[in-house]
Amino acid sequence: MATEAHGEAGQAVGMPQLDFSTWPNQIFWLLVTLVVIYFVLSKIALPRIGAVLADRKSTITNDLAAAEELKQKAVAAEKAYNDALANARTEAAKIVAQAKAEIQKDLDAATAKADVEIAAKAAESEKSIAEIRDGAAAAVSEVAKDVAAELVAALGGAADAKTVTAAVTARLKG
Amino acid sequence: MATEEHAGGLQIHPMDQFVVKPLFGDGPIEWYTPTNVTLWMGIAVLAMIALLVLSTRRRAIVPSRGQSVAELFYGFIHKMVEDVAGHEGLKFFPYIMTLFMFVFLSNMLGLIPMSFTTTSHIAVTAVLALLVFLTVTLVGFYRKGIGFLSMFWVSSAPLILRPILAVIELISYFVRPLSHSIRLGGNLMAGHAVIKVFAGFAGAMGVASVVPIAAIAAIYGLELLVAAVQAYVFTILTCVYLRDAVGDAHH
Amino acid sequence: MEGDIAEMGKFIGAGLATMGLGGAGIGVGHIAGNFLAGALRNPSAAPGQMANLFVGIAFAEALGIFSFLIALLLMFAV
Repeated sequence: MATEAHGEAGQAVGMPQLDFSTWPNQIFWLLVTLVVIYFVLSKIALPRIGAVLADRKSTITNDLAAAEELKQKAVAAEKAYNDALANARTEAAKIVAQAKAEIQKDLDAATAKADVEIAAKAAESEKSIAEIRDGAAAAVSEVAKDVAAELVAALGGAADAKTVTAAVTARLKG
Repeated sequence: MATEEHAGGLQIHPMDQFVVKPLFGDGPIEWYTPTNVTLWMGIAVLAMIALLVLSTRRRAIVPSRGQSVAELFYGFIHKMVEDVAGHEGLKFFPYIMTLFMFVFLSNMLGLIPMSFTTTSHIAVTAVLALLVFLTVTLVGFYRKGIGFLSMFWVSSAPLILRPILAVIELISYFVRPLSHSIRLGGNLMAGHAVIKVFAGFAGAMGVASVVPIAAIAAIYGLELLVAAVQAYVFTILTCVYLRDAVGDAHH
Repeated sequence: MEGDIAEMGKFIGAGLATMGLGGAGIGVGHIAGNFLAGALRNPSAAPGQMANLFVGIAFAEALGIFSFLIALLLMFAV
């Protein structure tokens, strides 16, 4: 069967690879194919793919650089923020100290003034108290003399004013 | 010619799939006749264009699936050429890419049932291998002049051995296109013939033919591997040979 | 009769030629096995040697393919 088929196809051998009558045909079409593939590849496909790959590489590199830059910016911003915060803190502490000092000064002044007033008032009070006490003491001796004179009179004695006064004064001192 | 008659009634014609036929009519095959060789090489070209040109037409920074595949092929071969043939070899990158794409796509298309495997023909692989051989030889002499011959003079060997080694090196250099072409053609031919032989068994064994059919499935998987590996090997050997021509001789 | 003997010789020759495949099998197995042994000792160096592995296998396999080709030539071409 196969022999006949081969015979019909005009082939002399059983191995088509060694049928040299078809070689020029295959070689011709192979060369055509190779030339076509070579031109399509070297003119269109390979430059395009190479460009795309290079493009992607540069895009990635750029993106990485941009990301790095942004990161630096973020770090700088954070530093600035921290600096500002520290400054504000120092400033606030200064203001607080100043305010405290002022308040202290006012307070001291007010305290001193108040002390003076209090001292004055206290002295005044002392004086009036002394007056009152003196008045009272005088009144007491007066009353004592009167009471003593009355007592002496009541007891039937004649009250010598001088003696009574001396006695009362001595008792009051005693 | 009567071999099949001795095959015990099995109608196995493992070589029929390799017959070159004219596409139109039944006439003799002249060098310009469009044949199934033309058809399948044309399909390989179209597949290459679809794979590498159409898929990348959007030039996206974020690639689509097709573009990723194209970039994968590009990166794979580019890296191979750079690693094996050296930086100088990158000038030949389009050439090597051409060989790889043609061999790879022909191998893969040949695995479609009822298709025709152009790379299983010695005529095709011999031309590919001779192109590589001529390129390497001409580029070697062009770039290094007569110094290219120092490749055969192994300066690290003892002086007495050098002429013998030179003869061996010279023979191995000229055997290169032979082994280069027969490796590719023979591998594909063998694989396809084996599948066809098993297919012939399946036709003759009735119910028990599940066994050869399972074997065909397994061999088909192996053939997919072989198709890819042979394209890879063909390309990397091209790079290895090219290194002799463009690279550092004592590398 | 004479043709039959020639046929027989062809088949015997083709069968003998397939023995070369065993050599290729030994060679490929040797390369792959040694690669694996080396890769297990130094796994970090293994990926860089994949190209050499494939090239070695390709060289070993090519010789097996030659013997297969001779078998085919005997079967179909002689």
